[in-house]
Amino acid sequence: MTHHILDMPIAEEQARALRVGDTVTLEKTLFGIRDATLIAMFDRGRPTRLNLKGHAVVHTAPNVRKIDPRPANSSGYEPLCIGTTTSMRMERFTRPLMQRDGVRLIIGKGGMGQATLDAFKEFGGAYLAVVGGAAALETTWIPEIEDVDMDDLHPESLWKFRIQGFGPLLVTMDSHGDSLHAKVNAEAEARRAAVLASIGSA
Amino acid sequence: MQLDLKEVEELAKTLYVRALKLLPNDIKQGFERLLMEETDATGKAILDTMVENIAVAERTKNLLCQDTGIPIYNVVIGRNVEFDGAGMKEAIRRGCERATKEHPLRSSVVHPITRKNEQTSCGPGVPLINVDFDEREETVEIEMIPKGSGSENGSFLQMLIPADGVAAVKRFVIDKVIECGGRVCPPTIVGVGIGGTSDLCMHLAKVAATRPLGTTCDDMEGAKIEEQLSEAVNQLGIGPQGLGGRATSFRVHVEVAATHITMNPVAVNIQCHSARRAVAIITPGGIAFE
Repeated sequence: MTHHILDMPIAEEQARALRVGDTVTLEKTLFGIRDATLIAMFDRGRPTRLNLKGHAVVHTAPNVRKIDPRPANSSGYEPLCIGTTTSMRMERFTRPLMQRDGVRLIIGKGGMGQATLDAFKEFGGAYLAVVGGAAALETTWIPEIEDVDMDDLHPESLWKFRIQGFGPLLVTMDSHGDSLHAKVNAEAEARRAAVLASIGSA
Repeated sequence: MQLDLKEVEELAKTLYVRALKLLPNDIKQGFERLLMEETDATGKAILDTMVENIAVAERTKNLLCQDTGIPIYNVVIGRNVEFDGAGMKEAIRRGCERATKEHPLRSSVVHPITRKNEQTSCGPGVPLINVDFDEREETVEIEMIPKGSGSENGSFLQMLIPADGVAAVKRFVIDKVIECGGRVCPPTIVGVGIGGTSDLCMHLAKVAATRPLGTTCDDMEGAKIEEQLSEAVNQLGIGPQGLGGRATSFRVHVEVAATHITMNPVAVNIQCHSARRAVAIITPGGIAFE
């Protein structure tokens, strides 16, 4: 169980060094991405001018306030409340995000499936679990919104956040085929019969 | 008492923001209980973070969760209240829209086919406005619930048949809790509807999911199932955020309605740990927030 502090972006070997059970704090840069963003990028072939190579993406759509662009918050938005959405809906986009755009880390809640685990193994990546619903706290780790692309999809735009001490996050899926989510799900399935018997529903 | 529509509009706005920022006391107490019972180290750490988040939201006057949800308003009108019903619904809609623009809040509501977001938290049929009536003299209660999508996606209906019995109803609930795992942001309140028509059954599940902790199903048989299932779901090992532990749910809540001789419907609607709701009560004496 190691704690890693990662200045984003990172290289493949840094992503492969992460193991389930480790904790991670991210620094510098983080991108926000979500259903509509990914559908636009990969189903509709919409290009972005932002470079995601080696970066982490968080599954989010933030609450923001529109402001005049200024040196801090040059995107024209300031963060109000930024949290994390359920990742599983975006399962089929992990592979293209890594293969085409070079994304290394995915931050989300609830975990992802086998396709994501396979992509982590092939390209070198990991899933970092943030506590869902703890957005007031998460917002304190995001001092600034640096840039935004595809803002017609607002709030599901592609966001570039400046981050400070983003974490600790728990590594729950790694590039070695381990998934804490799969382990807990298998455990629940294993307990199912006894639980059903205890309520007369065997 | 005459219901003042200007007041309703202001309340619809205030309650939305209030619900997003202040977690009800029963949920806070629920966290304390879960923390005492949790044995898993990761589970405990996650519950601690959730409790810390509640404090940070209060201190920084921020939203608890970024998901502003689908806005639901439950209005209960007592006796001897004069009101313009259509006007009241318009006033609630305006208040909801104003909360979104003036705070500002993320509008989480889109047209289901075009996926266009009007940036108002409103759209066809949204906000949901449920109107009911009760016995209270010169009283109007407005409850606002921002229903988060992570847990709302954990919604299921099964039209079981009488031969399946209650055993199948309970099995359905356990199986859906397993299927949802961490996706619905546990610890949850599992809302279960038993009986009715398909739409009533689903509505009962929502009423159950959003009922305060510490309340019990009015129906004695429903209350028994509530008790059994509450213990059972926390034996599955899913835990906070689905990362292992005891605290899968605060509680399973059941609501019951009569059904047809050929029917045995069951519905599940899940509420995440950010179990937000805000209530205001209007009487001739003024407005009180619960």
